[in-house]
Amino acid sequence: MNTPLGVLQQSLPYLLQGVWVTLVVVLGSLSLGLLVGLPLAVGQVYGPKPLKRLIGIYVWFFRGIPLLVLLFLFYFGLFPFLHLDLSAFVVAIIVLGSISSAYQSQILRGAILSIPEGQMKAARAIGMSDVQAIRHIILPQAFRLAVPGWSNEYSVLLKDSAVTYALGVAELMARAHHVASRTYQHLVLYLCAGFIFMILTFLGTRALDALHRRVKLRGYS
Amino acid sequence: MAKASPSEPVLTLDGIRKSFGSKEILCGVDLSIHRGQIKVLIGPSGAGKSTLLQCINFLVVPDGGRISLEGQPVDPSDRKALCRYRQQVGMIFQDFNLFDHLTALGNVEIGLVRVKKMKRSMARERALAELERVGLARHAHQYPAELSGGQKQRVSIARALALDPKVMLLDEPTSALDPELIGEVHAVIRELGAAGMTMIMATHQIGFARALAQEIIFMENGVIIEQGPPDQILDDAQCQRTREFCAKITELGGHG
Repeated sequence: MNTPLGVLQQSLPYLLQGVWVTLVVVLGSLSLGLLVGLPLAVGQVYGPKPLKRLIGIYVWFFRGIPLLVLLFLFYFGLFPFLHLDLSAFVVAIIVLGSISSAYQSQILRGAILSIPEGQMKAARAIGMSDVQAIRHIILPQAFRLAVPGWSNEYSVLLKDSAVTYALGVAELMARAHHVASRTYQHLVLYLCAGFIFMILTFLGTRALDALHRRVKLRGYS
Repeated sequence: MAKASPSEPVLTLDGIRKSFGSKEILCGVDLSIHRGQIKVLIGPSGAGKSTLLQCINFLVVPDGGRISLEGQPVDPSDRKALCRYRQQVGMIFQDFNLFDHLTALGNVEIGLVRVKKMKRSMARERALAELERVGLARHAHQYPAELSGGQKQRVSIARALALDPKVMLLDEPTSALDPELIGEVHAVIRELGAAGMTMIMATHQIGFARALAQEIIFMENGVIIEQGPPDQILDDAQCQRTREFCAKITELGGHG
């Protein structure tokens, strides 16, 4: 039964369970990234100077350090130092989410800055506070512009999630590696893992394309 | 709040000054307008007309001077009071600035729902009435990108009217329009005037200004050079510079 296809057939259910772990890590960090990235973007556009600088440092930190370094830094360094006993799975989401928040904040910042100045003026002119104007006028338009950027962010996160295998997160890559080192069928298992990642990328970007079409405003080409 | 007496101006500007960098745009402008009056600002580009209008509702914050609505001075550092004040001063922009993600109805409704905290069903009814008033009830569910320039400007007028403003500021409302679309916007503004709306409007449409305004104000280099009834300013100005400008603009625009 140790033929390539036999191994693949036997291990497929095990691998597919890893797909769920991968998806939870990706969707979890994508959501965390949005939750944190949104206030960062708003702060960086509308906030006072010291806040802008602070956010700039945050973004610089998470965009400037390799993923693997951050994973080890947080999992083996920072969290134990703080006496926080977090599972590798949780740390993976926190680290990927933080990195993603840095990138998403810049996607959203660009989107906010591309909204014409007149929109804010008109909102103020009808008596909206700046908070209301941002919430009801600027962000709904900025989100629409940010969807293609998110599509890119999703595919980057999906592929980066494979690196969390280094912490022992039982995602797709970790499982493929695990089976391969037991059965020596590296070629077929990594091909299979790669193929599944491709499918996930395809499905995700298709879903975001559909979202993009759905939220597109009538009358715009 | 004290009710304004008929003799008291609705809106008063006292010595409004504004500089951008070292360039002085407004050098102490005084202006007051009574209920139901229509005043038209004319003058060359860069005269400060647009800055003055934007100073009136603090979209551009003046460096000095005072603005009072019905005798009450406005303090722009009090954000809540400023928002309340802005509801009472409608603003029409040259390039419409409709909210692109909302339908015509949504554009008119949002101020009522979010600013006036009106119930959505009531807001919808009121918004539809305002769209009807500018002749766009049929286009209520269209997005700005689906409307012509003239229609967009009429929606923006409906959006301002929905908040029951005491004064309307119109910043060259037809300058961004194709010539054949100007008429429909002028018609709406004319009706507003007939209904007694107090308005301050900057425009280059001299014929329209003559027909509509009680007073024309000629501005240049950040100061009011001359003001008076249309016939006096346009045909018989005291100041040489006013005469030159009016002659040029009348020749361009004709009397239409």
